[in-house]
Amino acid sequence: MSKKMLKEERVQIAKRVAEEFETGDIINLGVGIPTMIPDFLGGKEVYLHSENGLLGIGPTPPEEEIDMDLISASKQPITMSPGASLFSSSDSFAMIRGSHVDAAVLGALQVDETGRLANWAVPGKSILGVGGAMDLVAGAKKIILSLTHQSKDGTPKLVAELTYPNSGLRKADMVVTEKGVFRFIDETMYLVEIDENITVEELRKITDAHFEVSSDLKTMNQ
Amino acid sequence: MDKVISPKEAAGMVNDGDTLLVGGFGLSGSPLSLIDEIVEADVKNLTVVSNNLGEEGRGLGRLLKKKQLKKAIGSFFTTNREAVRAWADKELEIELIPQGTLAESLRAGGAGIPAYYTRTAVGTDLAEGKEERSFEGEKYILEKAIKGEVSLVKAVKADKLGNLYYHKTAMNFNPEVATAGNIVIAEVDEIVEPGEISPGDIHTPHLYVDYLVVNDRYVKEGGRYVEKNA
Repeated sequence: MSKKMLKEERVQIAKRVAEEFETGDIINLGVGIPTMIPDFLGGKEVYLHSENGLLGIGPTPPEEEIDMDLISASKQPITMSPGASLFSSSDSFAMIRGSHVDAAVLGALQVDETGRLANWAVPGKSILGVGGAMDLVAGAKKIILSLTHQSKDGTPKLVAELTYPNSGLRKADMVVTEKGVFRFIDETMYLVEIDENITVEELRKITDAHFEVSSDLKTMNQ
Repeated sequence: MDKVISPKEAAGMVNDGDTLLVGGFGLSGSPLSLIDEIVEADVKNLTVVSNNLGEEGRGLGRLLKKKQLKKAIGSFFTTNREAVRAWADKELEIELIPQGTLAESLRAGGAGIPAYYTRTAVGTDLAEGKEERSFEGEKYILEKAIKGEVSLVKAVKADKLGNLYYHKTAMNFNPEVATAGNIVIAEVDEIVEPGEISPGDIHTPHLYVDYLVVNDRYVKEGGRYVEKNA
């Protein structure tokens, strides 16, 4: 798979997740694909929460305005949008753990057919980093997973059962990949949107998880 | 009471085997001058509680490099390859806890709360050995407060009483860390007269702060703290 393809896939995913939001939403964006979402929000005014202590992330600053006392949870320089607020780590996580954040958009290594997810550790490797992943999974009002449909070697990431360590008991509400959009209703996975270049049968071949097809199946990003 | 002491005097308050609580998110809001002073003081077998271990050879990474650490407690160590290597070689114990649990456990430590229940990490590998209990049909685990012998924080400004003002997201864990140590030492860029920081702007009131040290090793250039003579 070429680099260009990968970029396009990531854009496709970010674009679709951006559609989920409405003006006024409080959103926490994880690392990777989620960081691309602000580019596709159009005129919607949402408030971006950063775990390290900021509500109201603004655009990336030009080099001459970088201040490393103002960074994102990925430790990248940021700015503050009008109306932004600063607070400590315990306040920041009280917002997350107390369910005051409307949605968390997270990457995932695997998600199972009931919505359970794994996004912090790979079996057989040292488990030395978790960050805020488990706090967001446990506490955000809505969990949206954004991930490429398969890993680089073609292994499905949507699986019948997790083989990676799970991130909590809480289940995802929605999964967006470059191939389709899935929602969970009563622990059943439903395909609700599909990319125009793939059929449901083809999608099943690259998806290990069992999914139902929504009676109202739509084409993605149209 | 004059709380201003020299960095050397501050480092002298840290003893072998102590648990140090250290503010900062990576190098942001990290008490870099105090850390360097402790590296030179050569104390050993320290346990450090901090979100990360700085970066390779920078900030808390220097204590690791000089093998002064016995254990690190925090939420993210994979970005410091040296920490991963030291852990693999059994030179360093690591206790991994979720970032929100780290913040809340420090807050609890400073607020006289010995333990608390949280939903975070229930049913995961990080809940192993922790008491589980249900409230209103939902599962929680018991997490214990964190306290330490010495707290090290970084604020951009203090007044002579020890009131602290943090700069933007360099605040991070510093306010919680400032409440949870037996001895609390704040490194600051500037010390002003009482009254010069507006009361509403004070993030950490002076009753938490025992000593003040002026950052004498790092200056801010191009938005980054760099070593003065580097």
